[in-house]
Amino acid sequence: MKRSLHKTAVWLIFLAFLHVIVLAAGFVAPYDPVQQDRDRPYAPPMAIHCVDRGGKIHLRPFAYVQRVKEGFFDQYEEDRATQIPLKFFVKGAPYRLLGIIPGKLHLFGTESGSINLFGTDGYGRDLFSRILHGAQVSLFAGLLAASISLFLGVLMGGASGYFGGWTDSIVMRFAELCLVLPWLYLLFGVRAFLPLLVSPMQAFLIVVIMIGALGWARPARLVRGVALSAKERDFVRAARGFGASHFYILRRHILPQTRSIILTQAAILIPQYILAEVTLSFLGLGIPEPAPSWGNLLSSLQQYSVLSSYWWMYLPALAMVPFFFGYLALSSSLQEEPRAAKIGL
Amino acid sequence: MTWKYLQAIRSAARLTATLFLCFLSFSLSAFPQNSPGTKAEFLVTHDAIGQRGGRLVLSLRDEPKTLNPIIASDGPSGEVIRVMQADLIHINRSSQLTEPALAKSCKVSKDGLEYSIELRRGLQFSDGHPLDADDVLFTFRVYLDEAIHAPQRDLLIVGGKPIEVRKVDEYHLVFRLAKPYGVGDRLFDGLVILPRHILEKPYSEGKLPQFWSLSTSPGEWAGLGPFRLKQYVAGERIVLERNPYYWKTDAKGMRLPYLDEIVFLFVASADAQVLRFQSGETDVITRLSAENFSVLSRQARGYAMTDAGAGFEYNFLFFNLNETSAKTSPDAARRQTWFRDVRFRQAISTAIDRQAIVRLVYQGRGAALWGPVTPGNKRWANTEIKHLPRSLDRARELLRQAGFSWKNGAGSEQILVDQNGNPVEFSIMTNSSNANRTKMVTLISDDLKQLGIKAQVVLLEFRSVLDRVTQTKEYDACVLGLGSPDADPNVDINVWLSSGASHFWNPSQTHPATAWEAEIDKLMEQQLVAKSFEERKKSYDRVQQILDENQPYIFLAAPDILVGAKNSIGNFQPAVLEPYALWNVESLFLRNYSEAAGR
Repeated sequence: MKRSLHKTAVWLIFLAFLHVIVLAAGFVAPYDPVQQDRDRPYAPPMAIHCVDRGGKIHLRPFAYVQRVKEGFFDQYEEDRATQIPLKFFVKGAPYRLLGIIPGKLHLFGTESGSINLFGTDGYGRDLFSRILHGAQVSLFAGLLAASISLFLGVLMGGASGYFGGWTDSIVMRFAELCLVLPWLYLLFGVRAFLPLLVSPMQAFLIVVIMIGALGWARPARLVRGVALSAKERDFVRAARGFGASHFYILRRHILPQTRSIILTQAAILIPQYILAEVTLSFLGLGIPEPAPSWGNLLSSLQQYSVLSSYWWMYLPALAMVPFFFGYLALSSSLQEEPRAAKIGL
Repeated sequence: MTWKYLQAIRSAARLTATLFLCFLSFSLSAFPQNSPGTKAEFLVTHDAIGQRGGRLVLSLRDEPKTLNPIIASDGPSGEVIRVMQADLIHINRSSQLTEPALAKSCKVSKDGLEYSIELRRGLQFSDGHPLDADDVLFTFRVYLDEAIHAPQRDLLIVGGKPIEVRKVDEYHLVFRLAKPYGVGDRLFDGLVILPRHILEKPYSEGKLPQFWSLSTSPGEWAGLGPFRLKQYVAGERIVLERNPYYWKTDAKGMRLPYLDEIVFLFVASADAQVLRFQSGETDVITRLSAENFSVLSRQARGYAMTDAGAGFEYNFLFFNLNETSAKTSPDAARRQTWFRDVRFRQAISTAIDRQAIVRLVYQGRGAALWGPVTPGNKRWANTEIKHLPRSLDRARELLRQAGFSWKNGAGSEQILVDQNGNPVEFSIMTNSSNANRTKMVTLISDDLKQLGIKAQVVLLEFRSVLDRVTQTKEYDACVLGLGSPDADPNVDINVWLSSGASHFWNPSQTHPATAWEAEIDKLMEQQLVAKSFEERKKSYDRVQQILDENQPYIFLAAPDILVGAKNSIGNFQPAVLEPYALWNVESLFLRNYSEAAGR
């Protein structure tokens, strides 16, 4: 037991660390994610050096200015004559942590010129900053949608399993309908009905609520199973005999048993919903320009020219990997936890 | 007795000789002949001399729907038909001027109402049947027939009445118009001559629109173009072979075309077309985007990429100036009061960074526009119109004059507000399938942010965009593009006439909503009936000036025409008018082609 708890803790800490970086995106990212630099579209990632051309070692790492090659549009070369020193804790573009706390300090940055660790996109916007800010959007979308799904699932599944009879039949048939509906096309339809002047925030919320509301069926069925078996338990029968109300029994005895199911489901659903948001934004239906999200950072890859010429545009996909890995490892370590929940503790 | 024998032989010989001569004359007259004394009058081209042989492979973005010119309305059908048919007068895509084609000459009467066409003599269709004025008469009868609803019919209505065609003799016709027509003989370009000997029967039976589908057998088809139908494989390709009766020769007298075959492959996506061209499967590629062009230029092996210069496509931003929106929503009505102020539109126009659009959307392969006439149009641009560079100061000054002001918003930005203190916010829509226009809207939105205007980018499916612009009129601003098929301003008349369907900011009006729109209407009518190019240019110059003063369309940029072709193709001279690569297909040839090597 100890070992699996230890594993769960490890993955939790790993995920918490990643999420803190994402929450502090304004601080960690050197530039504003929507700031365009029209002279440097599709600039490749800049290499950080410590040793310069002459062989001299610099204590402060630096990068070389990238210049567009003569006669080309998107081929850059390093200008070995001009260095941009990398400074830590610089004052840069203003941001708001968590949307509330204003700040101007950035973890690293430059005073003149710009350092693009992951290169720039088609408008010259820094990709590293956009990935971090986009992570906020995508992760939050995943978390919020998963919570909505789980909340609805527990509600419907718990009621259906506990009350049985007509409630159970109706809810479960409705759940099957929701499982079968093609969610992507439903979202296309909903998006077409929306008014034109929808701000990025509003579009984001609508998308998240829609995805979350559609996905309640799977957790509901699992919770229903637990509720069905739990309501036959001796202590539940005893509570009923003592005159406890349905609501009391549900809250005090049945739902706590679903805890492990909910946690595991959460760890599985969150990556699924992150991926759903990424898919929608990739197709242009989710978060609109210029707000970044992992999905619309990847949407430019739909063009062959970008796919074959600018390899750094794939990096948002790689950024997803540690998060997904963390969540899935967490869910599998949760599943390995001995069934403390099943015996009612 | 010997003498009588000799006499018998002599009479037998005479009999045989006469019989033989009779037989000969009969057999000769059995073949359709030109009347004795006519020598075929071919057109002699002056391109470089090439050699016979070889096959050219190209991709089409979609399968053609038909080979019948009277029902073809989609691009790919038009591309294939153009290579198989010919017209009386043709516009040379390189010089943008008209040249005689099937017609040897076209004389316009003094009053501009009659066009006398003289056909070349001795020409034949691709099945050997001779061409004469009856074919031309039949063709125009079909085009003008109201029951057929040919798209060509609208082009032949001048001054409200259809053109009248009259046959003078076997090689002469006269076309009579109700009013003088400024466009002149350009009107004949694209009106291909149909074979009467094949199509008269189905026409009389009313079955002509169903004729000449893609699965037509080569025997049932005939045309006057350089290539004729050979084979169609559904979903894969259509193969055309050389027309042995084509009426053009090169300067050395060799009959054109040089190529043996043309193959059109159906390749749906632009990226797939790029891959095929790169691998050598296709020989020519057109309609390239700037990004694909630079991808191909980077590894040019065995082929060369050409930037033919600015094309005729123009992209623009326009605002909703319809009257109907005022009733639907007060918010939309409020926004429209901003859009209706010409100083607001001028300010937006000055604030847009057109050079950035050309650089970031077209990778520099394009031209910034301040009017509808692109640099690709050789004769019609109004050179007096000033191309003012981007100036945020001037934009702010114009907005101030219009009664707008700035106030401090959240953070340190300035927000633009109108006279009532409402922040200036609106949406700009375009179709999500067009990556270039999507980029333009994002750039414009960022430009306007610097003026304190919040312009939201909205991407919708193309049909939804068109629906909102032409039917429901529920939108604020939109970015669209139009491509003129010809240099003549008349092809875009539906854009400038207030009653036109492409007059997007306020389409299909019953009468002009503003004084300047009324003036444009008058000027466009004037240039329609003017007799000389100078008169037409004067009217159209004034139209361009009015557009510049009032900015109903804020013109953005025009992309260059980008093409690529294998180095082995000779006489490849891409033009900026469609068909970019195949307009001189009869003169294209393969260098270093030998029968032994084959393809």
